[in-house]
Amino acid sequence: MKAASFQYYAPTSIADVVALMAEHSDAGIRILAGGQSLVPTMAYRLARPAHLIDINRIAGLDQITDHGEFLEIGALVRHEGFAANRLPARLGAILAHIANHIAHRPIRARGTFCGSLAHADPASEWCLVAATLEAELIAESARGVRTISSADYFRGIMSTALEDDEFLTSVRIRRPADDTLFGFFEYSRRHGDFALAASLVSFQLTAGLMQNVRLGLGGVEDYPRRLAEVESLLEGQSPSAAVFTRAGDLAAQHVNPSAADVDYRIELVKTVVERALQHANETT
Amino acid sequence: MNKQPGQYFGQPLQRLEDQPLVRGQGCFAADISFPYQLHMRVVRSDHAHGRILSIDTSAAAALPGVVAIWTADDVADIPPIDFREGSVEKLAPFRQHILAQGKVRYVGDPVAVVFATDAYLAEDAADLVRVDIEELVPLLSADDAPQEFSPGLLTEATICSQGYGDVEAAFKQAHAIVELDLSIGRHTGVPLETRGAIGRYDAARDVLELHGAAKVPHRNRESLAKMLSRSTTSLHLYEGHVGGGFGVRGEIYPEDVLVLVAALRFNRPVKWIEDRREHLMATNHSRQQHHRIRAAVDANGLLLGIENEVWHDQGAYIRTHGTRIADMTCGILPYPYKVPAYQADLHFRLTNKTPAATYRAPGRYEANFVRERLLDAIAIRLGLSRIEVRRRNLIRQEEMPYEAPLMALGEHIVLDSGDYEGLLDKSLASIKCVELEAEVAARKANGELVGLGLAMFVEKSGLGPTDGARINVDSSGTVEVVTGGASVGQGFETVMAQVCAETLGVAYTKIRVVHGRTDRIEYGIGAHASRATVMTANATREAALLVRKKALTVAAELLQTPEDQLDIANGIVFRPSQPQGPSISLGEIAQRLRPLSPNRGDHIPGLCAEGWFNTDHQVYPYGVFIALARIDPGTGAVIVERIQIAYEIGRAINPMLVKGQIMGGFAQGLGGALLEEFRYDDRGQPLCLTFADYLMPTLLDVPPVEILLCEDAPSPCNPLGIKGAGESGIAAAGAVIASAVEDALGLPGVIRSLPITPHMIKDILRKSSGTPVEMCP
Amino acid sequence: MKITLTLNGNKHQVDVEPRHTLTDVIRDACGYTGTHLGCEHGVCGACTIIVDGEAIRACLMFAIQADGRTIRTIEGLAQGNTLHPLQEAFVKHHALQCGYCTPGFLMLATHALEKNPDITDAELQDVLSSNLCRCTGYQNILAAVQDARDTMRTPS
Ligand SMILES: Cc1cc2nc3c(=O)[nH]c(=O)nc-3n(C[C@H](O)[C@H](O)[C@H](O)COP(=O)(O)OP(=O)(O)OC[C@H]3O[C@@H](n4cnc5c(N)ncnc54)[C@H](O)[C@@H]3O)c2cc1C
Ligand code: FES
Ligand code: FES
Repeated sequence: MKAASFQYYAPTSIADVVALMAEHSDAGIRILAGGQSLVPTMAYRLARPAHLIDINRIAGLDQITDHGEFLEIGALVRHEGFAANRLPARLGAILAHIANHIAHRPIRARGTFCGSLAHADPASEWCLVAATLEAELIAESARGVRTISSADYFRGIMSTALEDDEFLTSVRIRRPADDTLFGFFEYSRRHGDFALAASLVSFQLTAGLMQNVRLGLGGVEDYPRRLAEVESLLEGQSPSAAVFTRAGDLAAQHVNPSAADVDYRIELVKTVVERALQHANETT
Repeated sequence: MNKQPGQYFGQPLQRLEDQPLVRGQGCFAADISFPYQLHMRVVRSDHAHGRILSIDTSAAAALPGVVAIWTADDVADIPPIDFREGSVEKLAPFRQHILAQGKVRYVGDPVAVVFATDAYLAEDAADLVRVDIEELVPLLSADDAPQEFSPGLLTEATICSQGYGDVEAAFKQAHAIVELDLSIGRHTGVPLETRGAIGRYDAARDVLELHGAAKVPHRNRESLAKMLSRSTTSLHLYEGHVGGGFGVRGEIYPEDVLVLVAALRFNRPVKWIEDRREHLMATNHSRQQHHRIRAAVDANGLLLGIENEVWHDQGAYIRTHGTRIADMTCGILPYPYKVPAYQADLHFRLTNKTPAATYRAPGRYEANFVRERLLDAIAIRLGLSRIEVRRRNLIRQEEMPYEAPLMALGEHIVLDSGDYEGLLDKSLASIKCVELEAEVAARKANGELVGLGLAMFVEKSGLGPTDGARINVDSSGTVEVVTGGASVGQGFETVMAQVCAETLGVAYTKIRVVHGRTDRIEYGIGAHASRATVMTANATREAALLVRKKALTVAAELLQTPEDQLDIANGIVFRPSQPQGPSISLGEIAQRLRPLSPNRGDHIPGLCAEGWFNTDHQVYPYGVFIALARIDPGTGAVIVERIQIAYEIGRAINPMLVKGQIMGGFAQGLGGALLEEFRYDDRGQPLCLTFADYLMPTLLDVPPVEILLCEDAPSPCNPLGIKGAGESGIAAAGAVIASAVEDALGLPGVIRSLPITPHMIKDILRKSSGTPVEMCP
Repeated sequence: MKITLTLNGNKHQVDVEPRHTLTDVIRDACGYTGTHLGCEHGVCGACTIIVDGEAIRACLMFAIQADGRTIRTIEGLAQGNTLHPLQEAFVKHHALQCGYCTPGFLMLATHALEKNPDITDAELQDVLSSNLCRCTGYQNILAAVQDARDTMRTPS
């Protein structure tokens, strides 16, 4: 389990990265961020990039910046970077909570938010976050900079709108209203494993009724997405165990699991949706 | 027999092994390197079943640094790997060649090997070897009809049968017949260190060396010498540190033979380190068995007879153990219960999967699961409690030693000693069973899915017949114990040092224990089947007694005191009646006994002795598991909240280490019960080739193990009274978890297979109408 | 390519290929074989070491990425003959059997206790669940780390 040979580059600027990518995009080029997904696949020789661009020596990419309207997460922000953050209270708390579900500490110390989005594992927690809370992905190449909305970004299992020569320099998450409540629940066989199903919800409570409901589901289909039917069911309802159960049941009717154990995944969908809602409700 | 703990014997002493290991100074297989060594990489079959049409090595051979590439033709002179316990003609055609000849039979089957100057390069070259295979339909289940293995031979290699009594009559007179269809999943030991083998030929001495050996170096030396047509004395195996054995490491595999052949042919050291992907497809699998079991019982729930039909999924070849696991499964299944008539028939079948062999508690993990499921089912059927049905059927203390008309490991089973019911009572009392049942009932009433499980079992350990040890005291007073035992991380050195220290009268820290080296002692039984402690410890005691005797004889002359008025403590011979009086150290005695010493007198040189221990019978420890488990109805997850293991060990030389064995064993057993399983797709492609797919328990999956270690029934079979412990923590883990989960579900008879996955639990919950049946505790 | 690693306080100049993992280089080129490989794909934690103050999986970093960095491995934990309190506690609590996972657990725990000397039991369980041990069943490892935490906290 030793990787195949490659050319290694450690540029110190974004400009150098995109230039290298333009030059070698035909010959198989990959960005090396945290390496927590890429290096294992190289060890199994499932990935054999001829060129590897290590972005870890580029300064300034490791920041989460609060721009007011949105948060900007740089390409070298590690999972661990969310553990003790200075983000708006409730949002910061839910992101820290979610980060704790990603693998284990030594992996979180290296793996990056943007790397997770580029890798696009169906069960990735950060992909679920991006899909549920409106996110914009900033992709840079020698051809220029473009912004991809999370709704257009995911294409299939580990397949995205990112082109071979594009570098995901940051991801922007729209800053939710400060009174937004969040809830998250995932189930994995062991703590730290990829989720078999996960759900993230957010809503505001106005006069006891749920407003601006967002409900995302990950780990079950090819990529995470919001469940519009469930969101409209919940919109305007007052939170209760009965409503949450109905939401779970409805979610289960509207998913199309890509895994082999379809029946089981559908049952899990009920559970994670219901429990994510409960989690949000408990934080009031 | 003295039951009191001694100064060393019976004490929870810290291990002698730990110092280098906590400092990172261990010497594991991959840590061994020799100058000028080559690296070997195995090219493995990508197909589960197929005919090799051609192998093109030209591109690989062209890489600079590649020294050679071999296929089956290059090693045609090497016979297939034989069975350790001698040839069995009927099974011989199913043995594995070191490189596949003509056909491949599992994904991972070695078809070629590359030798190169660097490990990375060897892997590059292996990737370039083109193997053209005509795919054949794979056989993936022992339940399916046998196919042709080779012309004229079926994949059902043999049927193993054991039995006694009139089974037919038992079923005719039965009050009730309880029948179950049960299966155990494919899983295995998976030590954290993968295998490794380093071959080296020392032409100057004409000695061939295998480093990275484990488990049974002496026995393997004999087999390897035969395969390579060498004298045993010109072949040596060296065991360094071993990163876990669990039965799978230390058997002879193709790679061990290949590095030796290569070292000889190239006259260069050859190193092979298995990677994890290979390990999961190349190292022995285990356990997969399907049982159809029937019990005839009378109106009181007493067993009248058992019929046990088994389908054993052996995988692609029959490896070094032959049919041992199968025999063990059939032989040990009834115990600890009295079964008047019994018949077991096991279909030993080959499939196109990684070959299977022993994994910690082989045959017992499986049999205990099956038998204890059966007892639970009988309890439900007759409306008895699970405790009561067991109590009624247990073999009684008065019946010991109990001669069983069955065989295990080639010996007649004689249950040597024990009070099974006594241990059951003790363990119920210790866990406060009455209160616990009330607590569980209250939680159930609250809507929780929680349940209790109970399982009893009989272990076996200390297979003989003979083991020896040699002890030598040097003139510094340091004691060297040379054994033919092996260490797989269980604390072997410490245990032998404790026995020697206690017997001889020296500090255990002054003792060096040698193991796993064929160049230091001619014979050895190694470490398997929980035999090291029983056999080698007793041999060490014999040798220590002889050294002690010699030391006292010499000291008696010097101190002019009768031997019986002398004692030895901390390496000093002295007069207990006069502690401040004259004394002499063992080092000084050793100095006097040197061959050229003018003070030696008529004594044979050296303060040393060889001791042997013989036994006719294995010893049979036993235990009781009680578990409390909870189910998350939303996800189907099973959480084992509590586990208590009561175990009768005879005598514990080091209780801390015994408990360590039990805790570690249980964690593995829990893995097999809930998480671990080698899955294949319908083309025979293995689906578990990473640690993200083969799931082993982490800290958060394993509850603290409550251990009740009993020393009430010392074994009469050896002077130390000890019984083995290596396999006790795992033996009934699957059985007890299944029992607890079924109780939590409240649906009798629904847990029929291991591992119990969340998927399976959700299926059961969905299919059940939702009205749980009350089970008797 | 030539790189420089500061390993347990000593500078090592070694020639590597970009694809050489940090573990392989530490073990084979620098001779520190105390760092083990259990899976080479990031799951088992046997290769855990501390790079620039972070505990990481050394099998998932290429050595070339560590050029110029400061690395601590198991060999640097004891001060000469004096064991680190964690090493002491592992021996005392029988937290190792085969010892193959031990260096990884020790480096993981060292990092956890250095980052937060007051780490709670629950947090410790979470941290330690990152590594696999096939021998001990974990309870003694947990007990050892808790004990070391308490000893290191109490000024003696
Ligand atoms: C044992 C283990 C358990 C894990 N469990 C989880 C889990 O539960 N949940 C989870 O989400 N993840 C899990 N992971 C994966 C981990 O979170 C990875 O860190 C993450 O998926 C990828 O981030 P990375 O920075 O390591 O990316 P890398 O591994 O460096 O790269 C991954 C891919 O993305 C590309 N890439 C990376 N960054 C960019 C960029 N900025 N622009 C363009 N392309 C880029 C790379 O070229 C590569 O193809 C686990 C990993 C391990 C080893
Ligand atoms: S060897 Fe690095 S995590 Fe297993
Ligand atoms: S002590 Fe053997 S793997 Fe942990």
